[in-house]
Amino acid sequence: MRIDVRKTYKLYIGGQFPRSESGRSYVVTDAKGRFLANAAKASRKDARDAVVAARTAVPGWSGTTAYNRGQVLYRVAEVMEGRAGQFATEVAAGEGLRLAQARSVVEAAIDRWVWYAGWTDKLSQVVGGTNPVAGPYFDFSIPEPTGVVAVLAPQDSSLLGLVSVIAPALAGGNVVVAVSSQHRPLPAVTLAEAFATSDVPGGVVNLLTGSPAEIGPWLADHADVNAIDLTGTVGASEGDDVADAELARDLEARAAGTLKRVRRPPAGRPDWAAEPGLSRMTAFLETKTVWHPIGV
Amino acid sequence: MSSSPPTAAVGFEYAPAPESRAIVDLRPSYGLFINGEFVDGHGPSFKSISPATEEVLAEVAAADATDVDAAVRAARQAYSRTWSRLAPAERGKYLFRMARIVQERSRELAVLESLDNGKPIRESRDVDVPLLAAHFFYYAGWADKLSYAGLGPDPKPLGVAAQVIPWNFPLLMLAWKIAPALAAGNTVVLKPAETTPLTALLFAEICQQADLPPGVVNIITGAGDTGRALVEHPDIDKIAFTGSTDVGRQIARSAAGSSKKLTLELGGKAANIVFDDAPIDQAVEGIVNGIFFNQGHVCCAGSRLLVQESVAEEVIFSLRRRLQTLRVGDPLDKNTDVGAINSAEQLQRIRDLSEVGEQEGAVRWSPPCELPDRGFWFPPTIFTDVSPAHRIAREEIFGPVLSVLTFRTPDEAVAKANNTPYGLSAGIWTDKGSRILAIASRLRAGVVWANTFNRFDPTSPFGGYKESGYGREGGRHGLAAYLASNDSES
Repeated sequence: MRIDVRKTYKLYIGGQFPRSESGRSYVVTDAKGRFLANAAKASRKDARDAVVAARTAVPGWSGTTAYNRGQVLYRVAEVMEGRAGQFATEVAAGEGLRLAQARSVVEAAIDRWVWYAGWTDKLSQVVGGTNPVAGPYFDFSIPEPTGVVAVLAPQDSSLLGLVSVIAPALAGGNVVVAVSSQHRPLPAVTLAEAFATSDVPGGVVNLLTGSPAEIGPWLADHADVNAIDLTGTVGASEGDDVADAELARDLEARAAGTLKRVRRPPAGRPDWAAEPGLSRMTAFLETKTVWHPIGV
Repeated sequence: MSSSPPTAAVGFEYAPAPESRAIVDLRPSYGLFINGEFVDGHGPSFKSISPATEEVLAEVAAADATDVDAAVRAARQAYSRTWSRLAPAERGKYLFRMARIVQERSRELAVLESLDNGKPIRESRDVDVPLLAAHFFYYAGWADKLSYAGLGPDPKPLGVAAQVIPWNFPLLMLAWKIAPALAAGNTVVLKPAETTPLTALLFAEICQQADLPPGVVNIITGAGDTGRALVEHPDIDKIAFTGSTDVGRQIARSAAGSSKKLTLELGGKAANIVFDDAPIDQAVEGIVNGIFFNQGHVCCAGSRLLVQESVAEEVIFSLRRRLQTLRVGDPLDKNTDVGAINSAEQLQRIRDLSEVGEQEGAVRWSPPCELPDRGFWFPPTIFTDVSPAHRIAREEIFGPVLSVLTFRTPDEAVAKANNTPYGLSAGIWTDKGSRILAIASRLRAGVVWANTFNRFDPTSPFGGYKESGYGREGGRHGLAAYLASNDSES
């Protein structure tokens, strides 16, 4: 009989897979409470390292042409497709789904990358434009990425939900520091491996596993983070809705200190399978308006 | 940068050309405009003065918490009973009607704006009031076309909007707030600044003349406490604030955890970048317009001049020469270029920061200029030898004070321009088109003026990056700030 070679689940920062600098880990179980793995428990220092890596990646990623960015995101879908079986196993275990159900969740997650990959070179035309000002000026408005986006990923949907919150920020040219689902972190780590073996430059996506209530405040306070997505506050307090709301309020209040753009948590339980719409992209876009005189 | 100011005076003599203030029929006191009527306020009333003469113009009611509550209730009732039930095309017609009345009463609005604010009549007449009408005209047309605004089919208004505006452009800021809100189907409670409440109250009369249904627009006056009570009221759905970054932060903090949608247009410290190939005379006009327009009381003012080292001496020489021709004085005089500082408090802040500028080692210069004995005045001022660490290079002075810094390479210009927590606007002066586009794309600012400065238009989105706030006003983007997106998730 052969003994399995088990995987060590680590963080993903700046294209590397470090353990938490704190040396901490926590037990991850399946939906029935059986041991799956020890995941790295990210600390404040890990979050700050991730922000440094993300900030370093901003000029490169935001400066990539929209066409190229689209191909890089499409490539993530390609790499995920090859690992669909592994993702399905992890999603099934973590979310308590049958394997067939988990497979369709994985397929939806892969298709979501394809959807957003196709948006990169259309967004400017759809949300930007020229402005017919009353004077001899050429005036146009274009969307630009906000910069570093901190994302608290959904707690329930550990892969499709995660992709649904990361991909729109990336499509707009932002870089991401994401905190995965706390108790279902394994698909996030495997997704990091897909990033590492695709064409996404190191630092463009950084994935932390651990407690959103612990890491969130550091990200919300951090002056080098431009925006924060609070989706993952829902369910962060183990079913205590009041504590979830208090966490979201606290993080939003902290974010006000540096006037970060804030995506509030969803009011209900989002249907992650539905077509997303534009708002997750536009939440992390700035509009730049440029004027120039017309004359000979 | 040691060029000495030109010695020969280049000023011109002008005969006085005052605009008559007889067109304005000021009442001794004003109430709050709630539910279509002027009512007394329950707070201690205050006086609005002319900053040019310190003469009391009128006594104005202050809204306390109960008045705020009455205004919000009026707006809520008008929203649910009248405004949201009105056919969108009819809603638009009210806005068209208001635009027309503004045009009809434009001289009266301009004179009162200059009286109460201190800005030159030429500016209120040619910029502020025409833009007020233009904003209503532009957004009026959107009212029945919301499905085409790119927010999905049939987007819905938010409800009651709380709007707090500053004193630098009282009517223009009112237009930026009220026109898109109403077009999108919201009702509003607006608070003008305590030093410039009078034109908003005149606008309330215009709402009456337009037969706008009661409660759709409510205007309450007062200071910071009134504003706080308004934005913290539990029954509002939207906060739109223009003002300082500090107050913006407080509002964002207080709105945390609520469902109130928030747009903030806050401070700025714009870089106006002059490259060595720029047409210097045009650039100098643009620099002057950038920082001395509206006494520099402009959040997007070009308050940091970044000039390429090789032309710095020439630019500063021309700038000083040009400054000697600026006429500072009576806001109602049609020849005036620079009017009065809006308040004693603001004057003190400008004086304090200017003193700090000297203490920190920058070189201060103003043209010889006779200032009136009464009122609040500050001469156009240029600081040279400014380092990026100086407070006058970092903090918003909000007055007619320009800080001049130099750079050698385009990279250095971009780095210096972006070296600020603000990101509202920027200027680029160069003859090279490719350079304009390259630099514009690297500047972290919401509005970039290339070979021009301080242009505004209702179709053109305006708003900041970073700590200059979020959300846009103007254009289709400005409409989106007052509508709920109908994504699957929202």
